[in-house]
Amino acid sequence: MGVTLNAKSKQIRGKIMKVAGPVVVAKEMAGAKMYNMVEVSDERLIGEVIELKGDKAVIQVYEETSGLKPGDVVVSTGRALSVELGPGIIGSIYDGIQRPLELIRKNSGIFIRRGERPDAIDKKRKWDFSGCVRKGDKVHAGSVVGTVRESEAIENRIMVPADVGSGVVRRIEDGKFCVDDVICEIESSGGAKKSITMCHVWPVREKRGYAKKFAPREPLVTGQRVIDMFYPVAKGGTAAIPGPFGAGKTVTLHQIAKWADADIIVYVGCGERGNEMTNVLEELPKLVDKNTGKPLMERTILIANTSNMPVAAREASIYTGVTIAEYYRDMGYCVALIADSTSRWAEAMREISSRLEEMPGEEGYPAYLSSRLSEFYERSGLVETLSGKMGSVSIIGAVSPQGGDFSEPVTQCTVRVTKCFWALDSKLADMRHFPAVNWNKSYSLYARVLSDWYKERLSDDWSHARAELVKILKKESELAEVVQLVGMDALPYSDQLTMLTAKIIREDFLQQDVFHKNDTYCSVDKQMKMMNVILKFYEAGNGVPGDIKKIREMNCTRRIALFRYADEKKGDTEYKGIVKGIDDEFSKIGR
Amino acid sequence: MIKEYHNVRSVEGPLLFVEGVYDVGYGEIVEVETSEGVLKRGKILEISENLACVQIFESTMGLDTLGTKVRFFGETFKVPLARDMVGRVFDGAGRPLSGPRVVAEVKEDVNGMSLNPAARESPGDFIQTGISAIDGMNSLVMGQKLPIFSGAGLPHNDIAAQIARQACVRGKGNEKVRFCVVFCAMGITFEEADFFRRDFEESGAIENAVMFLNLCDSPAIERLITPRVALTCAEFLAYKHDYHVLVIMTDMTNYCEALREVSASRNEVPGRRGYPGYMYTDLASIYERAGRVKGSKGTITQIPILTMPNDDITHPVADLTGYITEGQIVLNRRMHQAGISPPINVLPSLSRLMSNGIGEGKTREDHRNVSNQLYSAYAQGREVREIVSVIGEESLSEVDYKNLEFAQMFEKKFLCQEFYDNRSVEDTLGIGWELFSILPHTELKRLAPEFIEKYGRRDKEKDDGGGKNE
Repeated sequence: MGVTLNAKSKQIRGKIMKVAGPVVVAKEMAGAKMYNMVEVSDERLIGEVIELKGDKAVIQVYEETSGLKPGDVVVSTGRALSVELGPGIIGSIYDGIQRPLELIRKNSGIFIRRGERPDAIDKKRKWDFSGCVRKGDKVHAGSVVGTVRESEAIENRIMVPADVGSGVVRRIEDGKFCVDDVICEIESSGGAKKSITMCHVWPVREKRGYAKKFAPREPLVTGQRVIDMFYPVAKGGTAAIPGPFGAGKTVTLHQIAKWADADIIVYVGCGERGNEMTNVLEELPKLVDKNTGKPLMERTILIANTSNMPVAAREASIYTGVTIAEYYRDMGYCVALIADSTSRWAEAMREISSRLEEMPGEEGYPAYLSSRLSEFYERSGLVETLSGKMGSVSIIGAVSPQGGDFSEPVTQCTVRVTKCFWALDSKLADMRHFPAVNWNKSYSLYARVLSDWYKERLSDDWSHARAELVKILKKESELAEVVQLVGMDALPYSDQLTMLTAKIIREDFLQQDVFHKNDTYCSVDKQMKMMNVILKFYEAGNGVPGDIKKIREMNCTRRIALFRYADEKKGDTEYKGIVKGIDDEFSKIGR
Repeated sequence: MIKEYHNVRSVEGPLLFVEGVYDVGYGEIVEVETSEGVLKRGKILEISENLACVQIFESTMGLDTLGTKVRFFGETFKVPLARDMVGRVFDGAGRPLSGPRVVAEVKEDVNGMSLNPAARESPGDFIQTGISAIDGMNSLVMGQKLPIFSGAGLPHNDIAAQIARQACVRGKGNEKVRFCVVFCAMGITFEEADFFRRDFEESGAIENAVMFLNLCDSPAIERLITPRVALTCAEFLAYKHDYHVLVIMTDMTNYCEALREVSASRNEVPGRRGYPGYMYTDLASIYERAGRVKGSKGTITQIPILTMPNDDITHPVADLTGYITEGQIVLNRRMHQAGISPPINVLPSLSRLMSNGIGEGKTREDHRNVSNQLYSAYAQGREVREIVSVIGEESLSEVDYKNLEFAQMFEKKFLCQEFYDNRSVEDTLGIGWELFSILPHTELKRLAPEFIEKYGRRDKEKDDGGGKNE
C-alpha cells in the first residue's frame, strides 16, 4: 500500500465492537474523521471510516474480515485513503487500493494474503531526473519542475505538490534519484523551506485541482467505426456503454483501450472476471500503439479488483483509477479512463449500505447512488492545468443492467450524466453483429461540437454523411415491417435500394471484426471514405432505373463489402477504384 | 481453545443468537449441541461485543434457548484434504459418507483466498467433450467456467455426465489427459445423485472422482458451503497435485435459494426477486475459483448447472451467472420436445474463450471458419423456417430452400447425438463439411477458399464413393 502512517498526526486507538462482513464498528474512536484511513487488528488490515456516531466509527474494511474479534485494536492514521503518485505507475497492475499485484504475487504466491502492503511504486528504482526550472524561478502548486522518462511513450512531469504551495526555487539538481529523494527545494514567501520529491500522495475521493475547465472540442478517436462516425465521444467527455451479458461490453472496451488515441489509458476492472484482466495483461505488451509506434503497455495502467476480491476495495477502485487519471492529466496528457463495470461498483455501494442498515432507495441501492455516480463522471473534462498545459480525462463506463433491462437505477442514473450512450443489444449479439451497438437507441451529444473538428480534419462533410446514413437505417426499420408482411419483391425499386444500402451499412460498415488484422482498427480517414462510397452507391443507384438483383451482383457492391478488410495504406487506391467502379457499372445499367 | 456457552438468546429460522460471548472472531466455525445431545454445525455471520449471530448449517429443529450448548473453536471453517479423497463420496460439509475419515495432508479454509489476477494465465487448451454442439461451436477450454443453462425436465444431467465421462485434453502425440472430476450436488434428489454415481461407476470415472452430496433432504443452509468445500478440494488437487480438475456443480438455483433464505431471515434489504444484493459477489466467489495459474500444471474447469425458473434467462440466478462466467450452454425446451437430443440451442450459447483454444496446433486450422459458417447458415435457416410458418414453402427462393434444408440436417446430424457417442473434434468438423455440401457455393462466405479446397473436396469424393456403394 502506497500510504504510510503519518507519524506526526495524533493516533487514535479504538476497539472493535462489531463485525459484519466488510463492515466493522469500532468504539473509542472520538477524533477520527470521516473517510480517515484506519488499520484494523494486529494484521493492520486497511479500512476507511464511513460513518461516525458519538465515539463510534463505522469502518469499511478493504480486506477479508474473517477472524476479526470484538476488542481488536483499530488505529486511525489521521489521513484519508490515498494513492501514491510518482514515476513507476505506468505499466503496473494494482488492486482497488493501489497495491501492486505483480509484487504481491512474487511475495506471497498465487493467492492474495491479507495484510500485504508492498509499496505502490518501486522506491529503489533510480530515475534520470532533469530539471526544467532554475534556481531563483518562481513556482507554485502544479508547476512542472522537471521531467523523468517513465516509459518509452510517457515522460513523467514532476509537479510541485499542492501542500508545498508556491515559492522560489532554491536548489534543483539533475541526476539519478529514487522517488523519495529530494530533487528540489523551494522557499515560500514566508521564508519556510520546503523540499520536493518525485512522488506525493493524494486522497482518492478528492478531485485534483486545475486552472480552468473547458467544453470538449476534439473527439477521442477509437478506430471503431460505429463510435467514431456515428456516436463519437470527446476527449474530456463521458460515455456509458450498457448491455446485457454476452453483448460484448468488455470486448468493445478492450478495443478502446487498445486503439484510442489517448496518451494514457487507465483501465479499471471493477468486479469483473479475473481472466479478462489476464487477457489484457497478456495482450497489451504484444501490441503497438497506432499513434506512437510504442508498445501499448507503455501507456497503460491497470486497476484490477476482480469480482472475487474484497467488495469494499471494489468501491475504492473507481476512485483510485480516476485519481491516477487526473494525475497524468495534470501533466498535460490526454487520459482515457475505462471502467468495467460501474454496475459492480454500484453493487459494492449497495452491499456496504445495506450492512449499515441505511434506508434503501430503488432496488436496494442507496439513495446517494445518483450523486456518487455523477460526482465520479464529473471528474472527467478538458482542463487547463495548474501549469498552463491542456489535459483531459475522458471517462467510459460500462454498465451491466440486470436482465438487460435499461430501466434499472444504475443505467438510469448514468445516462443522466453521460453525454454518449452506446446501447448494446443482445439481439444484435445473437446475430453476431459486433460491435453490437444498437443504432436506434444510442446517441452522442458531442456530434455537433465535434463537427468542426471533423470538417477540418477530414475536409469532408462528416455531419451530412452521418445524417444520411442514419436516415437510411431509420427508413429500413420502417420498411422492415412491411417486408415481413408482403415480402421484399413487392417493394418499389427505390425502397429495395434503401433496404440493400441499409444492409451494406449494417454489415459492411457498422460491423467490425476484432480478429481481423486490418479491420480491428480503422483510421478516421478510411472510415470517412467508407461512408462516402456507400453514399455514392446509394446516390448512383437512385439515379438509374435499376434492377436490384443486378446491383446486388455488381462487382463494386462486392468491393464495398470488402473495403473494410483493405490495408490502411492501400485505402486511398481502393477508394478511388471503388468510386470509379460505381460510376462505370451504374452508368452501364443506366444505358 | 474451545469455549462453550449456554446462553442462547433466540433462534430465528436458520439463525441462532448467543449472548455473552467473548473473544470470538467473525466467520468462525461453531458447534451446537441440543439438549438431546445432537450435534450441529454453524458459522458466525455477525459478531458484536456480546452477541453472536450464528448461521446453522443443519436444520434448527430441536434447538432451544435453555439447554443448547454452543462451542466456539477459534478458527474458520476448514476441511481436511488429502489426495486419497479421490474416488470417495462425502456429504455436503465434506464428511465422508462411508469409510474412514480423511487423514489430512493439510487443512484449508473453505472460503479460500482471492486469486491474484496477476497470477492467472489465460486459459487456452482445448477440452474435447465429444459433443459436437460444444466442441464445434462453443468449445470449452481448460480453466474456463462454462455453465449449462437448463430448465426443469431438460436433460442437463445427461449432458454433464457425458462431459464428465468423455472430457479429455489432447496432449502432444495425441495421448489423452484425463480429468479428475469433482462433483458437487446442491439440493438435488437422491435419484439424480444416484444417476451420476452409477454413471461414474459404470464408466470407471468414479476412480477419478470426488463427490460432495447435499441432497434435497439435506439441510438447505449446508448448501452454502458445499460448493466451497468442493472447490477447496479442487484447488488442492489442482495446485498441489497437478490434476486437471473438472468441477460439476448442480444445481446453482438451489444454492441461490438457500442464500435467499438466509438473507431473508436476517431481514436484509432484498434486491431483485428477493435475492440478496450481494448475490453477484457471492456467486463470483464461487465461479472465480476456476482458472489456470502461473507455475502450476493443474487447472480448474467449472461446469455449473442451473435450472432457469420458467426457462427465463433474465432470472437473477441465470443473469448474474452469465455476467460472471465465460459463456453459457443454453438448453431449449422446444428443441427437446422436437426430439433433438441433446437440445443445445447454439444460437444463444456462447463460449467466450473459444478463440483461445481452437485453430491450428490446437484443434484444426479450419475450426473457426467452420464454426462461423455453421452458425450463420443455421441462423439463416431458422429465420427461413419462421417465414415458412407464415407464408408457406411455395414462395421460397432456391437459396432459402437450401438454407431450410441445412437447418434441418444440422439439427439431425450435427446436434443430435447419442448419449454414449464420443465424437472427436475432427469428426465434428467433418460433419460440418458434409453439411456445407447442401448449400450452394455462393452461400459459403465464411469459409476461406483454401479450406474449401482442402476439406470440401474430400467430402465430395466421399459422396461419390458413397454413391457407388449404394
